[in-house]
Amino acid sequence: MLRIECPCCGPRDHDEFRYGGDASVTRPAHDDPDPEAWYRYVYIRTNPAGPHREYWQHVTGCRQWLVVERDTRNHAVASVDFARKSTLRKSPA
Amino acid sequence: MSSNRKRLPVGGRISREVPLDFTFDGRKLIGYRGDTLASALLANGVTLVGRSFKYHRPRGIFSAGPEEPNALVTLGIAGRREPNLPATTLELANSMDVESQNRWPSLAFDVQSVNGLLAPFLSAGFYYKTFMGPTRRAWMFYEHFIRKAAGLGRAGTGPDPDRYEVRHAFADVAIVGGGPAGLSAARAAAAAGARVALIEQDFLLGGQLLAEPSDSAAAAWLRQAEAELKGFETVVLMKRTTAFGSYDGNVIGLVEQRDPTGPKPNGEARQTVTMLRARSIVFATGAIERPMVFSNNDRPGVLLASAARTYLNRFAVLPGKKIIVATTNDGAWRTAFDYAAAGAEVTVADLRAVPPAALAAEAARLGVMIRAGTRIVDLHGGHAVRHVTLNGPEGQSSAACDLVCVSGGWSPTVHLTSHLGVKPVYRDDIGGFVPGAFPAGRLGAGAMIGAYATADAIEDGHRAGIDAAASGGKSAPVPAPAKLDLGDTATTLLREAPSVGHGKAFVDFQMDVTTRDIELAHREGYESVEHLKRYTTLGMGTDQGKTSNFPALAAMAALRNATIPETGVTTFRPPYTPVAIGALAGRAIGHHFKPIRRTPMHDWHMANGAEMLEVGLWMRPYFYRQSGHDVNEAYVAEMRNVRQAAGLMDISTLGKIDVQGPDAAIFLDRVYANGFAKLAVGRARYGVMLRDDGIVFDDGTTTRLAENRFFMTTSTAKAADVLSRLEFLLDTAWPDLRVAVTSVSDEWAAMSVAGPNSRAILNAAFPALDVSDAALSHMGLLESGWGGRALRILRLSYSGERAYEVYTGATAGEQLWSRLLEAGRPFDLKPYGVEALGALRVEKSHVAGPEIDGRTTLDDLGLGRMAGKRSGFVGDVLRRRPALRAPNRQRLVGLECIEDGKRLRGGAILFLPDEKPYGHGRGRITSVTFSPERGHYVGLALLAGDVAAEGSEVVAVYPMKAETVRARIVSPVFLDPQGERLHG
Amino acid sequence: MARYSALSIFRNALSGQKNWQRAWRAAEPKPSYDVIVIGGGGHGLATAFYLADNHGIRNVAVLEKGYVGGGNVGRNTTVIRSNYLLDGNTQFYEFSMKLWETMSRVLNFNVMFSQRGQLVTAHSADQLDGFSHRANVMRLNGIDADILDREEVRRLVPYLDFSDTARFPIHGAIFQGRAGTARHDAVAWGYARAADSHGVDIIQNCEVTGFLRDGDSIVGVETTKGRIGAGKVGLAVAGHTSVLGAKAGLELPIESHVLQAFVTEPLKPLVDHVVAYGADHFYVSQSDKGGLVFGGNLDGYNSYAQRGNLGVVREVAEAAIALMPCISRVRLLRHWGGVMDMTPDASPIICPTPIDGLYLNGGWCYGGFKATPASGWCFAHTIATGKPHPLIAAYGLDRFRTGHTLDEAGVGPSAWLQ
Repeated sequence: MLRIECPCCGPRDHDEFRYGGDASVTRPAHDDPDPEAWYRYVYIRTNPAGPHREYWQHVTGCRQWLVVERDTRNHAVASVDFARKSTLRKSPA
Repeated sequence: MSSNRKRLPVGGRISREVPLDFTFDGRKLIGYRGDTLASALLANGVTLVGRSFKYHRPRGIFSAGPEEPNALVTLGIAGRREPNLPATTLELANSMDVESQNRWPSLAFDVQSVNGLLAPFLSAGFYYKTFMGPTRRAWMFYEHFIRKAAGLGRAGTGPDPDRYEVRHAFADVAIVGGGPAGLSAARAAAAAGARVALIEQDFLLGGQLLAEPSDSAAAAWLRQAEAELKGFETVVLMKRTTAFGSYDGNVIGLVEQRDPTGPKPNGEARQTVTMLRARSIVFATGAIERPMVFSNNDRPGVLLASAARTYLNRFAVLPGKKIIVATTNDGAWRTAFDYAAAGAEVTVADLRAVPPAALAAEAARLGVMIRAGTRIVDLHGGHAVRHVTLNGPEGQSSAACDLVCVSGGWSPTVHLTSHLGVKPVYRDDIGGFVPGAFPAGRLGAGAMIGAYATADAIEDGHRAGIDAAASGGKSAPVPAPAKLDLGDTATTLLREAPSVGHGKAFVDFQMDVTTRDIELAHREGYESVEHLKRYTTLGMGTDQGKTSNFPALAAMAALRNATIPETGVTTFRPPYTPVAIGALAGRAIGHHFKPIRRTPMHDWHMANGAEMLEVGLWMRPYFYRQSGHDVNEAYVAEMRNVRQAAGLMDISTLGKIDVQGPDAAIFLDRVYANGFAKLAVGRARYGVMLRDDGIVFDDGTTTRLAENRFFMTTSTAKAADVLSRLEFLLDTAWPDLRVAVTSVSDEWAAMSVAGPNSRAILNAAFPALDVSDAALSHMGLLESGWGGRALRILRLSYSGERAYEVYTGATAGEQLWSRLLEAGRPFDLKPYGVEALGALRVEKSHVAGPEIDGRTTLDDLGLGRMAGKRSGFVGDVLRRRPALRAPNRQRLVGLECIEDGKRLRGGAILFLPDEKPYGHGRGRITSVTFSPERGHYVGLALLAGDVAAEGSEVVAVYPMKAETVRARIVSPVFLDPQGERLHG
Repeated sequence: MARYSALSIFRNALSGQKNWQRAWRAAEPKPSYDVIVIGGGGHGLATAFYLADNHGIRNVAVLEKGYVGGGNVGRNTTVIRSNYLLDGNTQFYEFSMKLWETMSRVLNFNVMFSQRGQLVTAHSADQLDGFSHRANVMRLNGIDADILDREEVRRLVPYLDFSDTARFPIHGAIFQGRAGTARHDAVAWGYARAADSHGVDIIQNCEVTGFLRDGDSIVGVETTKGRIGAGKVGLAVAGHTSVLGAKAGLELPIESHVLQAFVTEPLKPLVDHVVAYGADHFYVSQSDKGGLVFGGNLDGYNSYAQRGNLGVVREVAEAAIALMPCISRVRLLRHWGGVMDMTPDASPIICPTPIDGLYLNGGWCYGGFKATPASGWCFAHTIATGKPHPLIAAYGLDRFRTGHTLDEAGVGPSAWLQ
């Protein structure tokens, strides 16, 4: 079991969470008409063997989407934060 | 033969006052409380216990623990049959019926032992080189016989009558292993203030200390240690518990055996799996003794030296009186001394030219003969050992014996740490692998990190216990542990080279892998450790090579002329010892395998003749038996009643989401392909959501309850996914939108009243409500109450008839349902099930799961105009990709059967009338129904756009029923294309 | 190559097994090759074999960072079937099935391809209708397929749960009689030996650390054994495609995920077919050694660790008991994880790449083993001719841009849900 320290609920087994994939990709603005940008967002993944920023939602807990930084080689979790916070940081607008 | 003839009159840790009856292959025998099956068999003089995998060689008991390769037995019958259990780990219990296995017709005379004579032809991997002809499927012929010969025990034949549990536990410090290091670590960690779980696979604590005489200083130390631990309320002692796997997140998987000698209150779990999460883990797993490799080293009567000592001191069994101890190290000498003290005639054959003087002096004192620089090269005997051939400085000689104790050194038990990717590293000074660098939160102590001497292990455990507690912030002062010096100094400096005699020299006893097999693997280039294992099957047995991995590695290293680290190390996989699948499943079996979801009206359906159908995990009425004797008759009657009078349908399974906030309208405008911003308060709208890749995701209706509040419904299947997706978009994509979404699926009971009489029924049920078309028009909302409960009525239709969705609080669902039925009785209101619902929607061309299959677009489903010229919604850009816009993409059409007496079927493949039905065709039928209105079968299909002109014909081919039927392409709306019935 | 046969075994038995040769040479790299295949797994070795055997290209090296067959070809659950629904998949996997049927004899290595039949249980009328659709497609493409009713399933596999307490009662099944299993290691070794006999150099313990370029073209590789030149380079390292792809500058729609596999202690014959549970993620067969070999679902998060989590172990055990209550006391002997390349549509990628001289074979998700021979055959063709083999026309990298995705399960582009 991975153990994820939910900022709301404390450390929990990963199977309380729903995985949401790579969090380092940038979602285009909702009205961005550029197919290339959407193609890259939906399909292209760096898929690193190493630290990976990824989304997890605490579905059986607080239901918050989180950004977890985890090493894909050994599953060591370096950080957990609310996705909302890191999204707002990423796009100050 | 007399019972317990090899048992000593005194000593050991058995309760002679508690005799236990058991049988072995039908023979009645007696053991004692405190015995294992192995010790009881040895005490009764049973030496032949099993047969090996490939050559069916006679095998006895080799070890005293989970490393046992030979003595595998079967317990129980029918659903309780449990094969391949090592006799060495089975705690003896009353009335245990034990069977030997992998033999026919009997253990003593096994026909397949002829395989031993064919051995030259059955070398490692011989099957890769033959059985390839004469025909293409020849292997299937040979395989039949090979499969029969392979395998060990037989599985049970029915469901397991016993129960299992899975539980969750937490500790500050988990300690794996209750030997001297583990006990010391537990005491230290507890004294420091940590909550401790101490895990021991045996039914007694003590580990190797149990091999010491029961009246020794070691025994006294052990008593004191156990008493001290019992004094801590914060220590959980888990005996009979194996840590089978070490997993990420500092989780250890444990499996605990019920005390087989204790009372069996009804329902107590036979085994319990615990998922233990610990802040830190101390691995004090000890070490496993290695065998020696020489001809016929597998015969019954050959024991690991430490095991022989365990049988003598713990179980008071003297399995032999004329003993050869063959060793490479100091440790086995203690076995020799104890056996000599017990009255046996003992010879030590030590491979070292000059054994330590202190040992020689003690040997002289006890009358133990010493043969220095000497090894066993051959062993003679069939079902029991008779004599060995020794080779030493004085040349070859023969020595009679009835027990051979071997020690090729020790291998630290690094399995659990390897599970998590801690690569073992070779230490030349101890001739074994120890764990490499531990990650934070994990520590090792005692023999498993090479501290073999008991005094060192205790000290080591003490330190690890303190460190483990400290890493969790517990650091109260800890008094020093009681000392215990057994003089068992560090050991094993010599690596044994296998000796080659005339017979087979086994490296892996269970899998029958010999030195020659390893030579062959090397010769053929299978020289990496993993190739060696896979080619020869070494280490693949139930013991997972606990005693064979190192000798094999050493043998390959010698052949390659390489060092051990150059040759490699095998990867250990969980579980450490085999775990029953039933134990892992726990109570999630039978009906409890998955939860069952029931709607608020479930009991009513059950009481009123509903045939239920599981959809997802939901139980839904399939049809009602009063509507017809089978589903086909019933659904037609039910749909007819909806079209002619009225029907009532339980739709509580729909996903329901409350969407609130100042930006709720903007939000919905982005998540739906069609617009919602302009939806008026009090109005509902059908909406379709796309995935980011432009494929249709889900559909449903959303109603504007107030300026900033919407009520969304989703399909039953996608309810959880849609909610999560909405939350994802709000949390990660558009955190600036002030919107909150909440699932209210379980808060509302929902039912649909459909049919021309539906308005009259609502009138009758709620006389005070105005449900006139003026007050509640199509796609309108009416919020009210009844009997103090919420009531929400949406005028929506899935069937194409005038219809209302009626919602109330879940706990009042059944009451409302009954009230509607009651009010509807004069109007012929009858319940209908999902089969009728599906038929009704097909007639109206409403798409559902078979059409929204994760590959279709809005345009494919004929819904392209919903998006119109809109943009900026989820999936809009990628839905414009060329392949999703191709003119010959398959799109939704209607089909009607044009052959009398024939029917359409979902899953039929469509071809043009004049083409050969081969390949993937032009499309497929997705959904069908018999249409009472039209008097024949109609269906929805996805058909290539270039052949989908209305009026033309296709052929629907269904090879599984050898059916071919002609159909005409028509508008998919089979009924009331103008939608007049919505208002009828 | 000395041929293997019953006679050769007899002769060698009489001569004390001393005369067997290495199955393949312990080759060291030459300065350059016509083609370098990166990855000594099933697909890489098969590619090398067919390059030599079908196209006469023998100046080929296979570079393996560890030992031959150490990746997914030696970690899977060995199921072989050709029951695919979508145009583009159906024919490819059936071609693969045909190659399996002759593989042992072509390679002169018994890969123990055992066509014992595979069935997938159905638990409702709707599910059985869905299976019928699939079976119809298979039959119409010349592939054997049958639909069984409950009683027919019971006759075939009586040990499944037909009791009243079954959570998901068995309604029927889809059956493919030609499906089965093979001995996975033997496939790697058989191709290695056969490729070697055609002159292919199989170089183990040789990790590719970078690519050599001439302008925009790739002209060789950097390895832990030095630089090696190549006319063409083929990448067949599924599980780690992203890692090597990144070194080459390829952007890929691939995520690495772990799929666990399980084996029990050896038992006398119990499961004579491959059985998949239609109500959950579970499938099982029994190896010739007697172990029940089974698998379940992905662990569900990006991973390069060849180990799985305990939660999935338990889920798989629950599904196992739900389908086969009689194995409650059978004990799990070993479980491990393989790293899969997961693509957004669960279909593979085999094609020339935008980088001149570089060819890609990856994205096998968890279906790579059964595809081994066809993958090698078609990839060899693609490398040899520079153009995709017709059977892999649908497996291009550009399909995600154009929308020509092949999504059998219809779950969309979340790789971990595939």
